[in-house]
Amino acid sequence: MPDLTDLLFYGFSGLALFFGFLCVANPLSRSPVTSAMFLVLTIVSLAGLFTLLHAFFLAAIQVLVYAGAVMVLFLFVIMLLDLKEEERRRFRRFTVGAGVIAVGVIAGLLLQTVLKAVPYSPNTTVLAVGATRPLGVILFTQYLLPFELLSLLLLVAVVGVILLTKKELK
Amino acid sequence: MHATLNHYLVVSVLLFSLGLFGVLARRNLLVIYMGLELMLNAANLALVAFSRYNANLNGQVMVFFTITVAAAEVSVGLALIVALYRKRQTAHVEDLTSLKL
Amino acid sequence: MELVVTNAVASVGPAYSSRPEDIGWFILALPLFASLAIALFLHRNRTLTLFFSVGGVVAAFLLSWVLFFTFGVTGLKAVPSPFPWFHAGGLNVNLGLAVDGLSTVMLLVVTGVSALVQFYSTAYMRDDRGFARFFASLSFFTFSMLGIVLSDNLVMMFVFWELVGFSSYLLIGFWFEREAAADAAKKAFLTNRLGDFGFLLGIILVWSLTGNVQFDELAAKLKADPNALGVWSSVVGLLIFCGAMGKSAQFPLHVWLPDAMEGPTPVSALIHAATMVAAGVYLLCRAFFLFQATTAWPAALAFLGSISALDIIAVIGGGTALLAALIAIQQNDIKRILAYSTLSQLGYMVMAVGVGGPDAAMYHLTTHAGFKALLFLGAGSVIHACHHEQDIWKMGGLGRKLPVTFRTFVIGTAALAGFPLFTSGFYSKDAILVASVRHGHPILFGLGVLIASMTTFYMVRLVIVAFLGRSRSSSAEHAHESPIQMTWPLVVLAIPSIGLAWLPLGQYLTEHFFGSRVAVEEGGLFGPFNHAPLAATFGTGAIIFGAWAAIATYWNAESDPLPRSLAFWSRVLRNRFYFDEIYEALFIPIQDGLAAVCGWVDRWVMSGLLVRGVHGTTELAGRALRMVQTGNLQTYTFLFVGGVALIILIAL
Repeated sequence: MPDLTDLLFYGFSGLALFFGFLCVANPLSRSPVTSAMFLVLTIVSLAGLFTLLHAFFLAAIQVLVYAGAVMVLFLFVIMLLDLKEEERRRFRRFTVGAGVIAVGVIAGLLLQTVLKAVPYSPNTTVLAVGATRPLGVILFTQYLLPFELLSLLLLVAVVGVILLTKKELK
Repeated sequence: MHATLNHYLVVSVLLFSLGLFGVLARRNLLVIYMGLELMLNAANLALVAFSRYNANLNGQVMVFFTITVAAAEVSVGLALIVALYRKRQTAHVEDLTSLKL
Repeated sequence: MELVVTNAVASVGPAYSSRPEDIGWFILALPLFASLAIALFLHRNRTLTLFFSVGGVVAAFLLSWVLFFTFGVTGLKAVPSPFPWFHAGGLNVNLGLAVDGLSTVMLLVVTGVSALVQFYSTAYMRDDRGFARFFASLSFFTFSMLGIVLSDNLVMMFVFWELVGFSSYLLIGFWFEREAAADAAKKAFLTNRLGDFGFLLGIILVWSLTGNVQFDELAAKLKADPNALGVWSSVVGLLIFCGAMGKSAQFPLHVWLPDAMEGPTPVSALIHAATMVAAGVYLLCRAFFLFQATTAWPAALAFLGSISALDIIAVIGGGTALLAALIAIQQNDIKRILAYSTLSQLGYMVMAVGVGGPDAAMYHLTTHAGFKALLFLGAGSVIHACHHEQDIWKMGGLGRKLPVTFRTFVIGTAALAGFPLFTSGFYSKDAILVASVRHGHPILFGLGVLIASMTTFYMVRLVIVAFLGRSRSSSAEHAHESPIQMTWPLVVLAIPSIGLAWLPLGQYLTEHFFGSRVAVEEGGLFGPFNHAPLAATFGTGAIIFGAWAAIATYWNAESDPLPRSLAFWSRVLRNRFYFDEIYEALFIPIQDGLAAVCGWVDRWVMSGLLVRGVHGTTELAGRALRMVQTGNLQTYTFLFVGGVALIILIAL
């Protein structure tokens, strides 16, 4: 008998997949803005799944960073570029076919792997809880060096972006 | 039926496939980028699920890193798209064939 | 393991101590050093070029005297201390020096003549653009020849043998802008390769039969067991002789030598007197023990019966001598006459080896080196004086205008003809005649006498036509004596042409080859008439007859009377028995056919099928792969996904 978490799992998964589909292959709209909005919804649904997996901190990050910052960036760029003119372009059968074949192969392989695996029934008493504190402890002890390197990476990204978007590249 | 690790993985695979389809089938660079984000998120989901069912926080740390790197990547990628658009007045992949000599 | 280590140490030889034998290395290294220094660094500086080149060879000459007096004269046994060079399979090759009576004499000849030729060249080549190149090549030539002389094994000798071939190519083709010179250089090189091929086969055969290439060890082995070479002994001898045939220009490989006259005259002197052609005779003498073996033949050649390899060598030598002497009679180019006389004398030496007298051959080689160098340098002086006129019928009367050249040339002529009692040529030629009588070859003795008379004839003809009578061209009329740098080597070379007659060189060589087994004959001026009156008398008679015939025919002659009186023979001789034409008719079609086949294979199989095939396949593959390169990001992604799928498939 499925309990509430299971129902929530099915609900969030269904929403994530549904929004994801509308994001990449919306039959009604080719607009990147629509795609972006559905991506936001997908990400929010994923945040729900994260919560179900007790990754609370990540769920918050997912919503804040992804749904907030990254998607806003997307929308800004879309509006900056003003891509309306190119909405009229259609799917081409060949590319769609190729996409379907490639996706089918990859998905088939992965699903086969997943379903062939022996069902994993963990001891529920030691399930990890991704609260902020334990995550912070492990992040600032065991993963301190990668963490610092990551900050460096972000700095590089900032510098790179500023350089790339300058009007006159010399 | 209880939601097990395999359930999460199947969802992850399906989401990954959707993202891949977007990358392969869509023409707009921005939407392709969104497909990439979808794929990343699918991987994140698998990682978090592994982390949860293996009673190990390393997976979640990895996801944290992934999100950060993805943010950096998106910013740089979008900057590139903007620069490209300025030069070519297009963001459609079939117009960007300068890789072919 | 212990044993191997000891062996390795032992083969390196004793730790270095200053030994007189090691002077040989310096003699060998000096010309090489000079040549390399000039070629690499000094070629812009004429003074330094001369200093190094001449200095190197003169120093080598002086050091050769040290070796000669230390080992040659005293008969002291040099203790070889070879360096191991390489071991390939069962072949162990050392770099070692053979210092003995034979090589020390030869060293003196090579370095002495080279030194004089170099002095002479400083004047003769003064205005040539390739001045430094010339001296670098000369030094290298000397180095190669010294290597042959000093080699103590067949492989090392073969290496230097080829180096001589290479340096002769450089020198004969020195004026490579001239087509004739370039062709002559090629001809000399290729003809020599033919002989060298046989030589190489001979070395391989010797090695495969005895497992040894060291001269002294081979000699000891053959002494202990004369049948060590089995049925192949005669074949080995003939194959080794092939090498000599090429270098010493014996029939039928003699055709390169006259053409080699295209090189500068000092080079001709060097080639004809001290290096290159002497190498063949030297090889025969050095490896003489190989020829002394039995007359055994392998089954396929059994019909040769009791004819030994030495007999064949003697006949080839005698034949070459006769042929060349005949041709020389009707040549008009001063250098060509001398070239054919060299051929003839080489045939003489080879015949001497063939009848079993290597000592006589070496004796004649030594004396011949002196007077042939003298004659060539004299001819060079004449050519120089006559503004590069080489036709003797356009000379005449040069005796008064070039007194030094004339006198020395006459001395050289007398020596070459074998003028009795006072010239070295008389004694060495007599030694050959004596050897042929003593070893029971009366026909070859007769041939020798005949050739001696013909030699006198054509040499006297040359002297009369070129130096006596009246001038027959303006260039001869305005000739004047060459500079002192060119005349004093002539004077110096005239000394051994006479002086060697008084030195007991013949006995010295006999002693080297036959030790105390044969009673050494008494020397002295009248020696030949005392111990072998027959040979000496016939030799003298031949000379007198030849000289008389030449004087009778050519005294005051304005043109050659022989073409009129002996039209057919004169034409045949003038055209050198049509050897070049025969070779051309025989070998050119074969070679052209082979070349056509090779050309066809090259064009259609090599470049057509293989090269263009490879290129075509590559291009087709490239075109196919190019279609993949659409430039479209999504195509790449699609292929990328395919790759990922493949990897997952393999990994699972």
